[in-house]
Order: sequence, then structure tokens, then C-alpha cells
Amino acid sequence: MNSIPDIYRILPEVILTITGVFVMLIDASIPPLTSRRTLGWLAAIGTGIAYLASVWQLSLPMGTAYSGTVETSPFTVFFHVLICGIVIVTLLLSLDSLPEDSHHQGEYYALMVFGAVGMCLLTAATELLVVFIGLEISSISTYILAGYRKQTGKGPEAAIKYFLLGSFATAFLLYGIALVFGATGTTSIYDIARTAANAQNQLLVEGALALMLVGILFKVSAAPFHVWTPDVYEGAPSPVVALMSTGPKAAAFAFLLRLLYEMFPHLRHLWSPVLWVVAVLSMTVGNLAALRQQNVKRMLAYSAIAHAGYLLAAFAGFGTAGIAAATFYTAAYAAMNVGIFALVTVAGGYNDERPLIADYKGLIYRSPLLGSLIIFFLISLVGIPFTGGFFGKFYSFTAAVGGGAVILAVIGLLNSGLAAAYYLRLAFAVAQRPDDEAQAARTPLAPVGLGIITALALATIATLALGIIPGGALHAAETGAHTLQPSPAAPTVPAEVTVNQTAP
Amino acid sequence: MDSMILTLILLAPLAGAILVALLPDRSKLPAWLALITTLITFGLTLHLPAHYDAAHPGFQFVVNKPWIENPAIFYHVGVDGLSLWLVVLVGLLGPIGVLASWKSIQRREKVYYSLFLLQQTAMYGVFISLDLMVYYGFWELSLVPMAILIAMYGRKNGSAAATKFFLFTFIPSAPLLVAILYLYARTGTFDFTQLRTDVAVGAVPASALFWVALAFLFAFAVKVPVFPLHGWLADTFSEAPVAMAMVVAGKLGLYSMLRFHVGLFPIQAHNIAPLLIALGVIGILYGACLALVQRDYWRFLAFAAMSHLGLITVGIYGFTLTGWTGATYQILNNELIDAALFVLAGALEIRYATSQIAAHGGLANRVPRLATLFVIVSLAMIGLPMLNGFIGEFLILSSTFTVSHSWAIAATVGVILSAAYMLWMIQRIFYGTESKLAAETPAHDLHFGEQLVLWPVAVLLLIMGVVPNLWLRTIETAPKPIVLQQARFADQNIDQPAVTPASVEVQR
Repeated sequence: MNSIPDIYRILPEVILTITGVFVMLIDASIPPLTSRRTLGWLAAIGTGIAYLASVWQLSLPMGTAYSGTVETSPFTVFFHVLICGIVIVTLLLSLDSLPEDSHHQGEYYALMVFGAVGMCLLTAATELLVVFIGLEISSISTYILAGYRKQTGKGPEAAIKYFLLGSFATAFLLYGIALVFGATGTTSIYDIARTAANAQNQLLVEGALALMLVGILFKVSAAPFHVWTPDVYEGAPSPVVALMSTGPKAAAFAFLLRLLYEMFPHLRHLWSPVLWVVAVLSMTVGNLAALRQQNVKRMLAYSAIAHAGYLLAAFAGFGTAGIAAATFYTAAYAAMNVGIFALVTVAGGYNDERPLIADYKGLIYRSPLLGSLIIFFLISLVGIPFTGGFFGKFYSFTAAVGGGAVILAVIGLLNSGLAAAYYLRLAFAVAQRPDDEAQAARTPLAPVGLGIITALALATIATLALGIIPGGALHAAETGAHTLQPSPAAPTVPAEVTVNQTAP
Repeated sequence: MDSMILTLILLAPLAGAILVALLPDRSKLPAWLALITTLITFGLTLHLPAHYDAAHPGFQFVVNKPWIENPAIFYHVGVDGLSLWLVVLVGLLGPIGVLASWKSIQRREKVYYSLFLLQQTAMYGVFISLDLMVYYGFWELSLVPMAILIAMYGRKNGSAAATKFFLFTFIPSAPLLVAILYLYARTGTFDFTQLRTDVAVGAVPASALFWVALAFLFAFAVKVPVFPLHGWLADTFSEAPVAMAMVVAGKLGLYSMLRFHVGLFPIQAHNIAPLLIALGVIGILYGACLALVQRDYWRFLAFAAMSHLGLITVGIYGFTLTGWTGATYQILNNELIDAALFVLAGALEIRYATSQIAAHGGLANRVPRLATLFVIVSLAMIGLPMLNGFIGEFLILSSTFTVSHSWAIAATVGVILSAAYMLWMIQRIFYGTESKLAAETPAHDLHFGEQLVLWPVAVLLLIMGVVPNLWLRTIETAPKPIVLQQARFADQNIDQPAVTPASVEVQR
């Protein structure tokens, strides 16, 4: 083994855990009903240190620790940085939007940080049981956070729905792990990757893949496992939705990449057509349903489903091209989605007092800055050039075309045209002249605090940077992809298989 | 300087847009800033014709720097005879647009002018990009400020018109992007000149090229718009602010057809040309007939524009040198005439607060200068000799005669109809018995700002009609002979195309 202490390999997770525990302890020691904003800053700073620690991990040589259960590589660092970034922004966003009189603010901040621990662990794990633990830590935090607004009817409904369906999906994943253990006698991802192709009972391996796919596709809210998404997004507080529509999704996609490209590349002829169908279904179902929504958060929930579909299109690409495209998309999607939900928090109100598209009418007249930013993020979601959303889609569909799935790319792009219809409905509602212009100018939105401004600035800069100079992020994603597939992608399947899958 | 100039032209309006967005929304400050920015940019664009070397045709003022490593996207810009004057045209329409908005935009000037300047950048970008991805980026970007401005400043139902416009023009760009990606997957480059060679030597299978070329054509045809893809046009014209309506149709799509459809896929374009000539002629006649029956002058202008754009389409797909030169020249003419007509119609609307043609009548005595200019511009549009519209129409029609007599005759009927609807429109608005509206509304003739825009344009229309060679000389250096040869290879049966520079005959 190398001489690097094992603890260095999980330093970000350790820092995050310590931060979370500290926040909880301090929360318990300050008197009730006093402001806990400082705890939020503390959590954000702790996550910031974890962010830096992740970047520092790049200087370590690639390798595993704790008997091969966790790994540091450019791939894990990319996702660590992304997840810590998301959590910092959502923490800053929560600072100003949580009601001051809330009793549970300390727990809220701690749970966000613990969620980050789980997500980071999930992306770093090279052992299926650690994967499971990471997934559970992140899921349980988000289950609780989703029900944070206990006083409203929708909050507990969201939490319980998410919890029941989520645990059901996790059970699938666990069952899959058990089957793969039965087939190969190990739960280490690298060992499975070596032995799965030669396992005696291929049916068992294929069954395991199917079950694990169900579990993960639920987490990324891909159709047909998406039904929970709109209800949960509607019921959960907007800052929490900003987190759970991006962070756990990014982590789950990271694991999905490992699962498909690292563990079961030899089953590509099976999972590639399946994902083709899932991608098309997600985009189409998501977009068609979103067209009819009146509630902004439900609309964005369906848009999240559609975006999962665009991202899955990248899986039609071979090797590093596909992995890099999917990785890049998670980052681009996270930047713009956190941004739009930050604005929904401000414009819609913390308790969703103004949930409908009609309530956004003339917003740009009440607050030019926030109104313009909403339009900006919506344009990025549409996928207009010079925004992160464009290059996300661009790389994803380029990977698909490169993998031979031209029809998938065409369907995807036509879908993004369809999606423009509902994004624009919101954008034009924001831009529309209000009935009483003078009154609108006199009733500006509630003043936004430093936390929200910082959060918005970070999300805007990230979305713009990914759209104008995507080279750096793409390079990082490609380096990460190489660590997942060290040898330049030797397609394990003959080319005609991919040609077939474009033909249905 | 020569290598920097295009970048400067591209970035100047963007810098102006950011400046307008950052400075406070004091009355008229954004408008002044926008005016200064567009004037500076216009000055910069004049550098191009002054230093363009017509003796060495091909792309000039070229910058080619890597932008994104993977996929290999280059910041590759340059102009040739085809795009040179279009860049100058965008520059000229900049200050005209600002001055046309001066009175009509009274609220939210900051948003308006920063989006206006962003739109300028996007249009410059479309005309100078030689990397297909960069081009696509600007092509898409040009939709956004336009759509937002229509939604925010629409007359009655802006957001419905904006949605219609955006979807109509955005959805066809999905196949366009796939086609660009497919070309990249086959050839490994987005570079226009490189792709032109690759396509010519057959690096892309011909069966796929058919679909690729079709995807390109579809996206451009919607943007022009070519009949029957014109569904968005009338609503957009009747809702968009004047400065936006004057740039929304025509030049982007027509230029893209010449550069990227005919230029990249000459064989496919030549094969599909008969269809487009037919659609173009149908568009001429259909637009003219609809223009005759419109009651609202914005919708009237929309169909009149459609009719004239159909003629340019015919010129492009006639596949003769004369036709291409005429089409390029006619794009310039058409945009200028449309811009002037829009400014005039906007001036009418501010004064009389209605766009119903029937409500007007007998205005000539009340607003004589407005009426005079309207007549001059209309005559240019009809194609009166000595004015610029004549040159373009003559070149296009004479080229069409060499292709097909019957189509040329049909197109000429459209030109005659254009005289009918324009003159009838003038008669209904400016002459005849004085209407109640004219009698009751206090008459304000064109004020200084409006005249400042319109008289120079009117003079320009005359100059362009008398000494077209100033322009045609550079336009003829556009990269056409290669294309023509290829087209001839593709179709050996074609009769000897009229390559005699008809422009010289026009001169005599």
C-alpha cells in the first residue's frame, strides 16, 4: 500500500461530519427562540473548508483507502466539489429565507451538512455497502428536510411520500447488491468489475443490474420512476428543493456512471437500450406534463424529470465521451437549477404564498434584477447558447450522436424545443406588463439579504462560466472520466448493437 | 487593427448593453448611451468596406483562435463580399432603431436598450462567424432579446406573439444543431471553409447529406420566412416594437441560405432549388394578395415584406451569378426600405394611436413631410428605376428568366401587385377625403429626430439606385464561382447559366 494516511482519502467527509456535529451541539446549547443564523454561517464555512479539502485531494495520487472501500480520484473530486458547492449555495439561500422564529433551524443546517456527507460518500465509495450507507445518509437527511414545514399540510405529505417511495427504491438497490454478491462473491466494485463478466450465473448478474438500475433511476427521478417528484417538490421548502433536485441527483448519477461504465460495461448491450427508452420517456413525459402546470414548483419538477432524460442521453455515448458529458451535465444542471429555485424562494415566498405562474406576472417591473435573473436561468434551462444549459445539452447529445444514437439526439432536441414553450410561459409572465404598472413599481419584493445575494451571484457566475468558458469544467470531467475508464474506451460491444438501438 | 476590428464590432454593443444595465434608469440616459454605442459601432463597421481588398476575394479581417478544446470550437470570424455589407447594414440599422424607439419607448428604457444592444451583438455574430458552432450560438442568441422585447413591449398581446415567434424559430434549430453535430462527427471540424472542402470531396455520405442540407434549409426557411412557414410573421410584426420588427425577418435567414445552404451543400441545394423557386413565387403572390386585403398596416407590412422576401428566395435558388448578386443586393435594399417604412408607420401610430388603415385618410395635407417620405420609400419598394429596389429586382428577375420563363413571369406579376398594394395603401392613408381622425387629431409633422433618420435613408435609397456599382463591386467578390462549378458538375443538363455580369448592363 502507499504511505498516504487513509484519513486523507475521506477528509472532506470528516470535515463535513465534524461541522454537522458541531452545529447540532451548539444548537442544543443556545437558548430556544433565539436566532440561529450564525449556525447557518458556521455550516457554510465548514462546507467551504470541505470544498477546499476536496480540491486539495487532487494533489494526492489516485488510490483507495480503508481496505478498498473509498477512493480519491479526479472523478470523486469533481463530484465532491460540485456537491459542496451546491450545499454552500443552498445553505446561504436558507439563511435569509428560513423564518427567524423557527425552532429547528439548527437541525436544518446540520441535516444539510449531513446530507452532503452522504452524497460525498456515495460518489467516493468503491464498495457497494458503503454506497448503500452513503445513499441512506443523504436520503434520510433529505426525507426530513422535505417535511421541514410541518405546519402546512403539504409538508408532511411530501416527506412521507418521498420516504415511503424512497425506501422502497432503496430496497431494490439493496436487493440488487445482494444478488451481485451472490453471483460474484464480493461487494467491492473493482472486484465485481473484474469477475462479473466471467460469473457463472449471468442471469443473476443481469437481475442485479436491473434491480440496482430501478433504485438509482428512482433517485434521479427518471420516468417511469418519477411520480413522486412533483408532489415532493411542491411540498418541500424551496431551498430544500434547490438542494435535493441537484445534490442527491448528482451523487446518484455519479454512482450510476460507476455502475454502468465501471461494473457492468460487458452488459452494455442490455442497459444501453433500456436507458435509451428511459431517456426518451423522461424527456417526453416530463415536458408534456410540464406544459400543463400552473404551479411553478410543479412545473420545475417536471422540468427536472425532463433534464434527467437529457442527461441519460449521454449514456448512449461510449466510454469517456459519455461519462464526461454526463458529468458535465450534472454540474451545468446544478448551477442553473439551484439558481432558479433560489429565485423561486424569493419570488414565491418561503411558505409558497405565491405559487402560481400568474403570481409571477410583471415581476420584472417590481424588481428588475430578480426578474432578469429568473429569465436568465429559464433561458439556460431552455438551452440557449452562452449559458451552462446549452453546453450541458450540447455535450450530452454530441456523446449520443458519437455513440450512434442519432435518433435519440433528434428526439432530445425536439423535446428541448417543446420545453421552451413552458419555460417561456413563465419567462414572459415575468416580463409582462402588470395590470397596474405604477402600483407594481411601488410594491417591490421583500428585500433580499446577503445570503441570497451571494447564493444568486454564485449560481449566475457558474451558469455563465459553464456557458462561455466550459473548457475547464469539461477538462475536469474528462480527467474524471479517464479514472473511471483507465484504458481508452475499448467498446466491449460491437458497433452494430448501437446501430440497432437507434432503429426502434 | 484589421485583425481586431471584427471583435471590436462584436463586443462594442455588448459592452454598451452591460453599461446600460449597470447605470441607473434615469430618463433618456439609456437611450443616449445606446445611441452613442450604436453610432460608434456603425463607425467601426465602416472600416470594413474602406479596407476591404476586392482584388483578393475570400475572407478578410479573419481571426481564428481556439476557444474550446473539445469539441474543437474556434473563435473564427471573417467577412467576404457576401457578409461585408450586411455587417454595415446592421451597423446602420442600430442608430436607426434607437431613434425609432426614442419616442415610443417611455418605460423600462434600461431593459429595452440593453436587450436592444445585445440583439445587435447577436446579429453581428451571425454575419461574421465562420465556425458553425459559434454561428449557431449567435443564431440562437438572436432569438432571446427579440422574444423578451416582444413580450415586454407588445401592443396588445405581446407574450402570445413572443411565444409563437420563439417556438416557430427555435424548434427548427433543433434539427439544425443535430445536423451540425453530425457533420462534426463525420469530419471532426466546425470550421466553415474546412467543411466546405470536406463536403465537396465527399467526406460525408451523400444519402446523409440530403437530410443534413434539409435540416439547414428548414431552419433558415422558417426564419426568412418562406411560404408556408410564415405563420409567425404577421403576429410578430403587429406586436413587436418598431426597432425589433424591422430586423426580425429577412436578412438572417437569407444570408444563412446563401452562406450555409447554397455555400456548403451546393449539390443538394441545386437539387431542391425548383421547389424553393416555386415556394418563393407562391410567397410573392400569396403575400401580395394578403397585403391587398389587410386592414391593419402592421399586418400589411408583414405580408408586403413576405412578398419581397419571396423574390429574394427566387433569386438565391435560381443558381446564377446575377441572381446571387441581385439577391445579396436586394437583401440590403429590402432591409433599408423596411426599416424606413417601419419608422414611418411607427411615426403614424404615435400620432394617430391606431393602426387601422381605414381610419386614416387625407393625411397628406396635415403631415406633408411624412407623406412625402412615405411615397419615396414606397416607390423604392415597388422598384421604380433610379431607386435601389429596381436594381435588385431587375437582377433577380433577369436571372430568373434564364432559368424558367413561366416562373419569371409569375414573379413579375408579383412585382406589379406590389405597386398595386403600396399605392392603394398610400391612397387610403394620405389622400382621398379627409377622415375624422385626420381632422380631429392635432397635426404634428415629422420632428427633427425622425427627419434625421429618414432623409439620409431616402438619399441612400437614391444613391443605391443610381450608382449600385459601389456595392455590387464588392458583392461580386462573394465566393460564388466555385459553387457554380460544383452545381454544374451536379447537373450537366443545365443550360449555360447567365454568368454575364448583368450589373454592367444596368449601368449603361
